[in-house]
Amino acid sequence: MIEVTGLTKRFGSKVAVDDLSFSVNKGEVLGFLGPNGAGKSTTMRMVTGFLPVSAGKIKICGISMTGRPKAAKRKIGYLPESAPLYKDMTVQGFLKFCASLRGLGGSARRQAVEKSIETCFLENVARQSIGTLSKGYRHRTCLAQSLLHDPEVLVLDEPTDGLDPNQKLEVRKLIKNLGKEKAILFSTHILEEVTAACTRAVIVDQGVIVADGTPEQLTKEGGGSLYDLFHKVTTFETPAA
Amino acid sequence: MNTLTIFKRELTSYFTQPTAYAIVIIFGFLSILLAFTIGNFWAIDDASLHGSFFRSIPLLLMILVPAVSMRQWSDEHYTGTIELLGTFPINLRSAIWGKFLASAMVWALALALTFPIVSAVNYLGDPDNWTIFSGYLGSFLVCLTFLAITTLVSAFTRDQVVALIVSVAICCLLTICGWEPVINEVRRTGPDAAQAVDIMTKFGIYSHFFEATLGKISITSLLYFFGLIIICLLGTNLVLKSQRA
Ligand SMILES: Nc1ncnc2c1ncn2[C@@H]1O[C@H](COP(=O)(O)OP(=O)(O)O)[C@@H](O)[C@H]1O
Ligand SMILES: [Mg+2]
Repeated sequence: MIEVTGLTKRFGSKVAVDDLSFSVNKGEVLGFLGPNGAGKSTTMRMVTGFLPVSAGKIKICGISMTGRPKAAKRKIGYLPESAPLYKDMTVQGFLKFCASLRGLGGSARRQAVEKSIETCFLENVARQSIGTLSKGYRHRTCLAQSLLHDPEVLVLDEPTDGLDPNQKLEVRKLIKNLGKEKAILFSTHILEEVTAACTRAVIVDQGVIVADGTPEQLTKEGGGSLYDLFHKVTTFETPAA
Repeated sequence: MNTLTIFKRELTSYFTQPTAYAIVIIFGFLSILLAFTIGNFWAIDDASLHGSFFRSIPLLLMILVPAVSMRQWSDEHYTGTIELLGTFPINLRSAIWGKFLASAMVWALALALTFPIVSAVNYLGDPDNWTIFSGYLGSFLVCLTFLAITTLVSAFTRDQVVALIVSVAICCLLTICGWEPVINEVRRTGPDAAQAVDIMTKFGIYSHFFEATLGKISITSLLYFFGLIIICLLGTNLVLKSQRA
């Protein structure tokens, strides 16, 4: 459902994403691994239609992101890396706002908001102003936003970043569950998450895929340890832009 | 539809934070205060409010309008919420208009709150209320023009203070260069200054605004205001698009 071929992004002379190709099918959770600065977020920003591509093709459920961006965007739920929110709104108000922009109205909107509040365990804070929430709740509010329209494709940029261990566990379980029905692309630099939630993983380094396989295959490739593989195939310090 | 959704969100956001209230109140207070002090409200027997009340309005707006709206797009960059707007199935245009119209609403309200001065002249004499209305329309057009400038400037930067300073500077330039004391000063430099005066008057906002406060809004003035507004908003669209490339 996500098909990416030859995806490239240049910022000036710097190549952030270099001729990347991968695909994610329904029922798959693809882990996007890589050190900081590898180009994970840039890739996701292009897949979700936020950044224009320098070269390459993106198809979401068969719809070209460059050709029909609005139709393609409807199919995607997206959690950006920094989990951005409007801090002056309440959790419920924010979700209602996002649902409206997703084209939902009336009782469909109310149900969508209720459901994603429930899925992300936000009942306790639904009427609270986002500015007063702790980081874990904020992150989950933004995650809830990505689920509102029950999208076929989910793109999650470091969805467990900044959560405490319990919350991390919950979110991983959630991703695994959602992954049965959807195509999920999620990035992380926490290697345990690969075995915990992914059906497949790629390791990206300096904009290029350097390893690709199921968690078992990758572990085997690293001689029994994902860490060793990660260490072997990635550069230690990505030069700053 | 999306424009309306964004309009509502922005408007609510203005009034859940103290900024808009504070500035609307400051504006109401200062505009009336200036009318009675340097505007000489009592002395000049000015029933159309042209010389007393309206005279200082652009001077207040050139600072207060950017102050209300400096965050319009800079905050969107700063918090990263632009990434949400950019991945929703909506046109950037609707977001730009929604935000712009919400700020415009704040200023419509601020202007409406100066009504005591209109009641005052009606109580004291028999003013031409159409001229007063035209003056308000002119003031609102000045608001919209300054607002559009602030919108464009705030699209460039994630820093709202930078957005404030730059947009105040531009609004000041537009205001000051058509302001009587400055024009008079330039005129005094000699007969060669005539052409400069002409250009400054046309370019500055005051001549167009004054026409309105005298009860006549010409096509040229409308073109001036709406031209600037449309250019700034189209520019905003362009800036926001090219930033991602
Ligand atoms: N807007 C931008 N302008 C210039 N360089 C950028 C921009 N966004 C990202 N980069 C660069 O692209 C590279 C990849 O960044 P990113 O995709 O954020 O990495 P990751 O998410 O894997 O940590 C980095 O070197 C980063 O500095
Ligand atoms: Mg990243």
